[in-house]
Amino acid sequence: MADLVSHPDEVRVVSKRFGQGATSIDRYLALDGYKAVQKALGMQQDAIINEVKNSGLRGRGGAGFNTGLKWSFVPKTSAKPKYILCNGDESEPGTCKDRLIFEHDPHAVIEGVMIAGLAVGAASGYIYIRGEYRYLSEIMQKAIADAYAKGFLGKNIFGSGRDFEVYWHGGAGAYEVGEESALMESLEGKRGVPRIRPPFPAVVGLWGGPTVINNAETLASVPHIILGGAEWFANLGTPKNGGTRLFCLNGHLNKPGVYELPMGYNLKKMIYDVGGGIPNGRKLKAVVPGGSSCPLLTESEIDVPMDFDSLMKIGSMLGSGGLVVVDDSTCMVKFALRIMKFYQHESCGWCIPCREGTDWLKKTLIRFHQGGGIKKDIDNIQYLSENMLGRTFCPLGDAAALPTISIVKKFRKEFEDHLEGRPCPFEKAGTVERLPVFA
Amino acid sequence: MKFSDQFEARLAEMVTHYPTKRSVLVPTLLFAQDEVGFLSDEVISEIAGRLELTELDVRNVISYYSMLTTKPRGKFNVQVCTNIACLLRGGEELMDHCEKKLGVGHKGTTPDGMFSLEEVECIGACSWAPAIQVNYDFHENLTTEKLDKVLDEYKKKGTQ
Repeated sequence: MADLVSHPDEVRVVSKRFGQGATSIDRYLALDGYKAVQKALGMQQDAIINEVKNSGLRGRGGAGFNTGLKWSFVPKTSAKPKYILCNGDESEPGTCKDRLIFEHDPHAVIEGVMIAGLAVGAASGYIYIRGEYRYLSEIMQKAIADAYAKGFLGKNIFGSGRDFEVYWHGGAGAYEVGEESALMESLEGKRGVPRIRPPFPAVVGLWGGPTVINNAETLASVPHIILGGAEWFANLGTPKNGGTRLFCLNGHLNKPGVYELPMGYNLKKMIYDVGGGIPNGRKLKAVVPGGSSCPLLTESEIDVPMDFDSLMKIGSMLGSGGLVVVDDSTCMVKFALRIMKFYQHESCGWCIPCREGTDWLKKTLIRFHQGGGIKKDIDNIQYLSENMLGRTFCPLGDAAALPTISIVKKFRKEFEDHLEGRPCPFEKAGTVERLPVFA
Repeated sequence: MKFSDQFEARLAEMVTHYPTKRSVLVPTLLFAQDEVGFLSDEVISEIAGRLELTELDVRNVISYYSMLTTKPRGKFNVQVCTNIACLLRGGEELMDHCEKKLGVGHKGTTPDGMFSLEEVECIGACSWAPAIQVNYDFHENLTTEKLDKVLDEYKKKGTQ
């Protein structure tokens, strides 16, 4: 069970029921649960979509696409069944927010799936939870069973004459499956290899039917929008970036934790006030603003509102809301290496630039960190990374390249300090560098 | 081969959730592994038969997912995260400590079959780093002292 934290600047929407015992369906009902879906049952499909569109809710998985707009791409009529797929394969390094939603408010996800289903005319939804989250899968399975027992799911929901099914599905360890098309492959019982787009899932998705795929936090936000209204939700954030976000504050911080803050909250304040600043009198060196796929920011760049557009303007991404704060005792070459080791391990091997690029980069960075780097390697790391960008089916290649390019550009001197057989200046004297164990 | 009644009931229900039988494959393999300890040839052949797939289809899927294994592991699989959030808060020290204490390396198993060790990628415990998972249980905000206690508890549990 993960610890909860709090800060006076928090605006609790998605986390409103955290720590309130809302895994119990009766408690959830007492806390306004399943009211939004009943309201949605009385609304036209377009009205639901427009409400969500106008709320400025954008995908919390990382891509930040307007959720209502995504829903509007689903064709009105379809020969094949339509599906809702909740992405709970949370695996982006630095991200641990969906875990809290599943642990504390599983019914909000179910309700979000139902409302999405009503909006696009789907009659069933799947909630995919990563394999490592076994205890959360158990919580979710119980929540679904409880909702069926109350008659909220199944035939004739809330006496509306409409049917809706929600099913749990589990993974078995794969970062790549968090990518929407790989997620569908995995749910269909295959290797999580991405599909080429177009066609997009909204048109051809699960078993060929139109499919809406949303992150768990996105779906958990939907009932609040239906009850509170688009305007209220939009006004919590910044223009075009509606609502709040569960920010995971990690790394070198005095008070790490998951905090729900309005979109557009200042990053500097997030680090020094909410996160309690950097321990041991150390200074800030870098910040990963939204999961390990995002270009890193340096001290001079952190006075920025944390919303999708502001981060894009300064050449980074808000991503999945997982911040990793790095202090000045950290070797950035090693940090780049650890990130690359991850992407090399998780690359599904389908696209050659990603499969070969991550492997080559990992090997180069290992050699570099061990003191075997040559000057040309520095440019080579950047060149290789840049050549992965946009040349793969799915964004995993980009995810490996973007942070690496930013580290080479912003911390070039640290690479130069490793040249000519010099030992890593950040390793403690007498310690032996761990050899990379991933095959 | 025989699985538990719970496994059979769950599988029978799950196949009704999808338009294709194959869709139950990934979670079903993990549930089978939980019962048998690993995905033996016998398990693979059984599941392939039930879902009307070839063994090759099933093996192809197994090799993709990092939690699935065709080799036996220790009773307690200690998974140490060393990804960035854990790295900055001592994940590598925990891994080193486990290696010394258990006397095995990455993907190794102790001779008594009690523990196996694995360095893993992000397990979603970043805000409570450094963290490990032993089988499915999370242990968070660890220090080497706390880790010793955790491992000793499991050892006690395993020898009872």
